[in-house]
Amino acid sequence: MTKLTRRQFGLLTGASAAALGFPALLRAQTKPRVVIVGGGAGGATAARYLAKDGKGEIDVTLIDDSDKFTTCFFSNLYLGGYRDFDSITHGYDRLQSDYGVTKLTGMAVSVDRAAKTVEMADGTSVAYDRLILSPGIDLIWDSVPGYSKEAAEIAPHAWQAGPQTQLLKDKLDAITSGQQVVMVAPPNPYRCPPGPYERVSMMAHLFKSKGVDAKIIVLDPKEKFSKQGLFMAGWEKYYPGMVEWIGPDVHGGIKGVDVNAGTVETDLDTFNGDLLNIIPAQKAGEIASAAGLTDDSGFCPIVAESMRSTIDENIFVIGDASIAGAMPKSGFSANSQAKVAVMNIRGDLTGSKVFPAKYSNTCWSLIETDDGVKVGAQYAPQDGKIASTSSFISENGESEAVRKATYEESLGWYKGITTDMFG
Amino acid sequence: MGTGYSSDRKISGSLAGGIGSRAIAMVLAAGFLSVQAAMATDLPEGDASRGEKLFSACAGCHQVGEGAQNKVGPHLDGLIGRTAGSVAGFKYSSAMRAAGEAGMTWTAANIAEYLEKPREFIPGNRMSYRGMPRAKDRADLVSWLKQISQETPGQAGATAEVVAAPGFADVVMQIEGDPEYGEYLAGECVTCHQASGHADGIPSIVGLPKKYFLTALFEYKNNVRTNEVMKLRVQNLTNEELAALAAYFENLEPQ
Repeated sequence: MTKLTRRQFGLLTGASAAALGFPALLRAQTKPRVVIVGGGAGGATAARYLAKDGKGEIDVTLIDDSDKFTTCFFSNLYLGGYRDFDSITHGYDRLQSDYGVTKLTGMAVSVDRAAKTVEMADGTSVAYDRLILSPGIDLIWDSVPGYSKEAAEIAPHAWQAGPQTQLLKDKLDAITSGQQVVMVAPPNPYRCPPGPYERVSMMAHLFKSKGVDAKIIVLDPKEKFSKQGLFMAGWEKYYPGMVEWIGPDVHGGIKGVDVNAGTVETDLDTFNGDLLNIIPAQKAGEIASAAGLTDDSGFCPIVAESMRSTIDENIFVIGDASIAGAMPKSGFSANSQAKVAVMNIRGDLTGSKVFPAKYSNTCWSLIETDDGVKVGAQYAPQDGKIASTSSFISENGESEAVRKATYEESLGWYKGITTDMFG
Repeated sequence: MGTGYSSDRKISGSLAGGIGSRAIAMVLAAGFLSVQAAMATDLPEGDASRGEKLFSACAGCHQVGEGAQNKVGPHLDGLIGRTAGSVAGFKYSSAMRAAGEAGMTWTAANIAEYLEKPREFIPGNRMSYRGMPRAKDRADLVSWLKQISQETPGQAGATAEVVAAPGFADVVMQIEGDPEYGEYLAGECVTCHQASGHADGIPSIVGLPKKYFLTALFEYKNNVRTNEVMKLRVQNLTNEELAALAAYFENLEPQ
């Protein structure tokens, strides 16, 4: 089939597709079809906006292997005892009933880009005119030698929310005085830059609130981390002596883990943990590489103006799987990128107006009850990359009222973004 | 910068006499609303002057006193005895409208009860206020509201007219905002400010009068209002973008 430009495609769908010799798919199907793989912050938002803004002109199918989605964001608050698991778990019912999205529950394994179909694990395929991949991350298990999918049942990563998060919670609840937790933090780039350190705060809060005198050691492959000054000041203030963060200049390198022995070996020493929380290195969700859309980094290069794959113009990659320049891998970023992708897809398929891309992100973290901090930025395409145009971060020494307001703002955001995703 | 929206509006007058109070228990189940009126003990008379100070927590969203206008929240003139959800020109939540349609009238007692936990008293209402836990604070605030409400009872039902705003907003007001562009730009807002108009810790911006909306954004831009997230979002917006957003949100209906 001859390659069409976006403009030509729009003209053709408006004319008689059959007469112009379009494949069977388009003859049978008058509405353009958008398929979305991954029902998280990126995919669910994209589905809702395509259905809502497409006003019935676009056929929207959302594929995810689960009928529920547990948000990674706020899962640390579940670990800390601030939220219950149900409150961070959402269904796709309203996307179907209120917006007319078709939800397909199954595992998408690869993409036949020539045929423009998504291949499912059960052997079926789903045709698309435009495809959005929002598969999130997969873990590079052997980035921490000795770690594996099986080992994660003993030493949970809990970096993909769901049963892993519940497993980690159960294990944290079982920690008693005199015991020690060892976290191995991930190398860049990874999902949710402040996440490991908010998690440390929530672990410490849980122990402190129960009167458990336990210790948390963080072995970090990075020399510095997101909101470091804020977290370290918070740990000193609320959890003195409980948290020890050890960077690479001290531990000299993380050599491996033995989850049965409960040890993490570094150049400096072997650390013993009654509980190990191993967060390995990350890459784009498996389907992205299966579709040939990743580069050497393991993530997907995109056009900064649209989130369109630089490798296939009919495919958009959003969220953690994309290389989004200065934007962090976060639910907020994925939600923001979804809206830009949707606008461009609507422009492709229905000729609606395409405005200049704008992106934004804010990440809130809770350090202790009513002590929230945040970091945020605005982004725009610049020289082929998504660049930060302005940013801010909470400061040490802010009043209690400001920190409390920041936490309360995060509660409002959670309600806002999950409504924006799931309706 | 004079904005026309400062919270320290001049209010004067004498303490009003006692007003009979009723407690109204709201029962919301499966979308069905029933209102039960029952006699309750009168609210203790509070300290109105202290109440006036406490009102500063409300003044960011509500105006009261002569000439008060709708802002983020409806004006409070003539509040006591007013039917819930009845101020013309204010876009209420369906929950608040339903309460009014079911016959709910604001009294000193039910306002005090509402203020304790606004989201529990009328679930689904748009007021972004977590509640005033101390009974004494509520009594003082309501005492002052009773007083001010009697002094300026005439507004209820009147169409609110927007207060003149400063130069910036006037300039942007002249620009005809493109609601389609506004809808796209609003994608950035509704990640936190729910498009339904519901507020859960972040104020609703649905149905805000254009001039108020623009003035508020101008105040973030200029550190009159201090929220880093808002400042960041606003500082790079052009006048055309601001006008587009204002046009979009003004016409959005709360659910």
